[in-house]
Amino acid sequence: MDNLLSIVTFIPLIAAFILMAFLRGDDAAARRNAKWLALIATTATFLVSLFVLAEFNPADPGFQLVEERDWLLGLKYKMGVDGISVLFVMLTTFLMPLTIAACWDVEHRVKEYMAAFLVLETLMLGVFTALDLVLFYLFFEGGLIPMFLIIGIWGGKERIYATFKFFLYTFLGSVLMLVAMLAMYVDAGTTDIPTLLNHEFSAASMTFAGREIMGGMQTLLWFAFFASFAVKMPMWPVHTWLPDAHVQAPTAGSVVLAAILLKMGGYGFLRFSLPMFPVASDLWAPLILWLSAIAIVYTSLVALAQSDMKKLIAYSSVAHMGYVTMGIFAANQQGVEGAIFQMLSHGFVSGALFLIVGVIYDRMHTREIDAYGGLVNRMPAYALIFMLFTMANVGLPGTSGFIGEFLTLVGVFQVNTWVAVVATTGIVLSASYALWLYRRVVLGDLIKESLRSITDMTARERAIFAPLVAMTLALGVYPALVTDITGPSVAALVAGYETALAEVDTALRLAQN
Amino acid sequence: MEKIILFAPLLGALLCGFTWRLIGEKAAMWTATVLVFVSMVLSWVVFFGFDGEMRQVEVFRFIESGTFTADWAIRIDRLTAIMLIVVTTVSAFVHLYSFGYMDHDPQWQEEEHYKARFFAYLSIFTFAMLALVTADNLIQMFFGWEGVGLASYLLIGFYFKKPSANAAAMKAFIVNRVGDFGFALGIFALYFLVDSVNFTDVFAAAPEIAETELSFLNGSWNAANLIGILLFIGAMGKSAQLLLHTWLPDAMEGPTPVSALIHAATMVTAGVFLICRMSPLIEFAPQAQTMIVVVGAATAFFAATVGLVQNDIKRVIAYSTCSQLGYMFVAAGVGVYSAAMFHLLTHAFFKALLFLGAGSVIHAMHHEQDMRNYGGLKDKIPYTFYAMLIGTLAITGVGIPLTSIGFAGFLSKDAIIESAFGSGDTWAFWTLVIAAAMTSFYSWRLMFMTFWGTPRGDKHTHEHAHESPRSMLIPLGVLAFGAVFAGMAWYGSFFGDHDRVNRFYGIPSHEVAATAEAGHGEEAAATDEAGDGEEAAHDTAAAGYALPGEGAIYMAPDNHVMDEAHHAPQWVKAAPFLAMLLGLGLAYQFYLVSPSVPGQLARQFRPVYLFLLNKWYFDELYDAIFVNPARNIGRALWKGGDGSLIDGAINGLSMGFVPFLTRLSGRMQSGYLFHYAFAMVLGIALLVTWMSLGGGAN
Repeated sequence: MDNLLSIVTFIPLIAAFILMAFLRGDDAAARRNAKWLALIATTATFLVSLFVLAEFNPADPGFQLVEERDWLLGLKYKMGVDGISVLFVMLTTFLMPLTIAACWDVEHRVKEYMAAFLVLETLMLGVFTALDLVLFYLFFEGGLIPMFLIIGIWGGKERIYATFKFFLYTFLGSVLMLVAMLAMYVDAGTTDIPTLLNHEFSAASMTFAGREIMGGMQTLLWFAFFASFAVKMPMWPVHTWLPDAHVQAPTAGSVVLAAILLKMGGYGFLRFSLPMFPVASDLWAPLILWLSAIAIVYTSLVALAQSDMKKLIAYSSVAHMGYVTMGIFAANQQGVEGAIFQMLSHGFVSGALFLIVGVIYDRMHTREIDAYGGLVNRMPAYALIFMLFTMANVGLPGTSGFIGEFLTLVGVFQVNTWVAVVATTGIVLSASYALWLYRRVVLGDLIKESLRSITDMTARERAIFAPLVAMTLALGVYPALVTDITGPSVAALVAGYETALAEVDTALRLAQN
Repeated sequence: MEKIILFAPLLGALLCGFTWRLIGEKAAMWTATVLVFVSMVLSWVVFFGFDGEMRQVEVFRFIESGTFTADWAIRIDRLTAIMLIVVTTVSAFVHLYSFGYMDHDPQWQEEEHYKARFFAYLSIFTFAMLALVTADNLIQMFFGWEGVGLASYLLIGFYFKKPSANAAAMKAFIVNRVGDFGFALGIFALYFLVDSVNFTDVFAAAPEIAETELSFLNGSWNAANLIGILLFIGAMGKSAQLLLHTWLPDAMEGPTPVSALIHAATMVTAGVFLICRMSPLIEFAPQAQTMIVVVGAATAFFAATVGLVQNDIKRVIAYSTCSQLGYMFVAAGVGVYSAAMFHLLTHAFFKALLFLGAGSVIHAMHHEQDMRNYGGLKDKIPYTFYAMLIGTLAITGVGIPLTSIGFAGFLSKDAIIESAFGSGDTWAFWTLVIAAAMTSFYSWRLMFMTFWGTPRGDKHTHEHAHESPRSMLIPLGVLAFGAVFAGMAWYGSFFGDHDRVNRFYGIPSHEVAATAEAGHGEEAAATDEAGDGEEAAHDTAAAGYALPGEGAIYMAPDNHVMDEAHHAPQWVKAAPFLAMLLGLGLAYQFYLVSPSVPGQLARQFRPVYLFLLNKWYFDELYDAIFVNPARNIGRALWKGGDGSLIDGAINGLSMGFVPFLTRLSGRMQSGYLFHYAFAMVLGIALLVTWMSLGGGAN
């Protein structure tokens, strides 16, 4: 099939359109129909996306399943995937049906809610499949809008504040990225991403506003992209929107936000910053490595002080994203591959953790840690699943959390031992906050009167967790499932990066002689 | 067969943990137990059938990222074989013992099911421990390493209703992670240098590593020393060595069978195993060796002092474990790895015996653990008494001086003390001798307080003290057998003359290596470009010694400590025995002849007593410098960093936005924005689709 990727990307959007156009009324039947339609559409998307995986040839490091068409105003519509992006497509299609199933109990403006998630899925898939700058930008920024609405309409009490903060942060980054993209177009004469990947952006030093800028144009472009991706990741210190957004978002919103939306920043670094601006990346890698190391320690410590479950997990997400940025800018096979692995793993694990909070929030309507305690006495299945994902969160070998964390650390050790040592303290800190949370919520005797009649997970809830459990363990025990696919593309990326740097080195040496 | 050994306990754990509702609790427990027994029988077959040749069994792929590759694979050599029998034997009998001990646990109510869970945890622990000892690369070892940590966490916190048990479980996991921090960095550094994490490659590269300078943090380090120290930090965590020992006494919150299996016989010895496994590298790391000896000896001494005054029967044994692990590290540190493994093996038997015996006492006394409430139990529980007596004779090192006839601990502990002397570290030797006297004192103190004298404490409990069921006594008998004979049976293999030890560990003997001299010489000449280290290695082989990685342990050509130990003066060999007698005599005097003396001493030297009773105040110290500051810093960063600084700055920046935002908020609530945004996204999407379809038509 020539347009397999387009089909996968746009099935949810078409479903959203059908939902909005044809589904009338707001009675119980209509609400149920909306949920079923969304569930079927997302499941269909997942099934079709399996064809993408089947068609994909892991040995080929280049773009595959490429579609290219003319679009309006001389722009191109171009899609394709390589070993770096294809698994993010799979992650998205895999998680969306679970997300929809997780909001089965929502009764407020269901039709719009479902439509928002469906549109969001199309936009997220588009980010990972777009091979044209303009297209990428539309998907990347468009994704904000449904998320914005999900928090702003179906969120908690202070949703407006959280939404503003979210908007404010990401907006500033976006503007800079847009400017950078225009500059790239002017310089290279194209918005085609594969062409841009082979384009050499000038790295000659230049003066700007009376100051010399190392790495010249590459540095400027690199920082513009950095502004946008760092917020999305989010990196320290521009992470403070995330805890607020998570706390206010409904469970399903948190799941998508943590599991998929955060990965767009990391993907951006891999798709643009590293391969297109190698000199600038090399120049500024120490900055990123240190920001990442600080993020890991800082946010882990902050997580220790939290009294709200969602905030704790949100801060732990920031710490885990620290490993990702660190691995990417270690710029070697283990670092980059570990970063990709960490992102995928975090998709399953953090998604599951937010669902875990959702399970008891649905029952008790509070996220305060102190309101719980001793849940294991009445919810043994819940306790088991919570334990599993707690361990995955602290990176226990045998779970997917270990592989990514360990590989990124292996990668960064080869580049900077200081950063590696600081980041490795994360394994102690993560154990501290995660076990502390588990102990206060799940362990102990069940004393609180309000919890006396709490019930264990329903069949629907168990069914949602089953695929997540399976993936977390499968990737932890047999990580080749991922590395076989990412390996060749990452090797090509790293080789290209090193060649580019070596060329610059040679050029400099020639100039000096 | 090796695969069955490894996976039978995993299967048992899964069946027991997930199907007990279907097949019933009893059947589930038997499933787990039988599968571990299968594993045990096969382990003994492997141990006795082992011919000295290392072999590897591939299971399947694990991590592959560039040159960073590690498979799931089983490495069978002498070290693995020893650990296999230790782990599976103790585990199998602990499973059996738990049938009796965990029956009618007073922590649970009648209708609560806990036994299947307990057995599943025990089996999962056994699997993880086997994965650790059979690993053929550092990553799989790390998997087992953390896996046993998880099992330990789950089992310490088994009584999850008790806050103290939950706290202890958390502490164990986190303190272990501090050690893992070092272990992980050691693995990173090894990969960085060798480009591989497989033992075979690492060992072969050891001489080269020894000649490499590695810049780490701000300094330049000798790579072998640095890696040795980092790995040892990992070992310190797992084996509860000084500074990272605080979790072990608290771990006694777990049920007693757990203490016997995990916190005495197997998991805590993983650190010793790691150092022995890495002997080809450690041999090239003199500074790391020094650190191992210092920490080991200090722990042996420190833990023994604390053990002198504890009143909880399990805590006494816990500190004793800590102390004995220190002995093993001293042996490993001075380069007599086989003596370390020897003590590891014998210690597994007699310490598991002591713990299970203590469990039997506790069981008899209705879960009373304070020895001040014991006394005169000798006749009430005779089998338990004799088992504990054998254990005590073994740990204190009773035997006939200057011969190799004695209880297990007599042979293995003396081997370590002689090795310490042979290494020339006389201070280590004296420390260990003093610790041996204290070992004897606290062990006999435990015996006298428990079994001799008049009953103290609750009268009712004493009247109803009863001998344990057979499922608990059989394990005691088996372990007692080991505690008596394990030392004599394997003395020659572990600490006999050099050739015999070499044969046992599959180290090529000198003659064989010497005949291969010519071949090696040519090879070295042929590869002129080979690094210095490699050439040095060939020279070594040419001189008639094994290369690193040949055989399960490696002793460098200039490592003569074992021979020196064999030639130690008579008084050195007799010293531990005399120390034992001294400890016994003092304990006898204090607790049987004039029981008022300890109280008087405690009053007279109150600060010293409190210092020891409070375990040198390590917990208080760590709370003050790590735990509380971490929490306070976390809070400060959150409120100050995130709240005031970062958000403050951002809010400041955004002042210009505020009017815009208020307008937006008005719209948002009325739902306008929703429709607007929706239309926009739909518009974009429709355009894209239309263009793509149109483009396709062209």
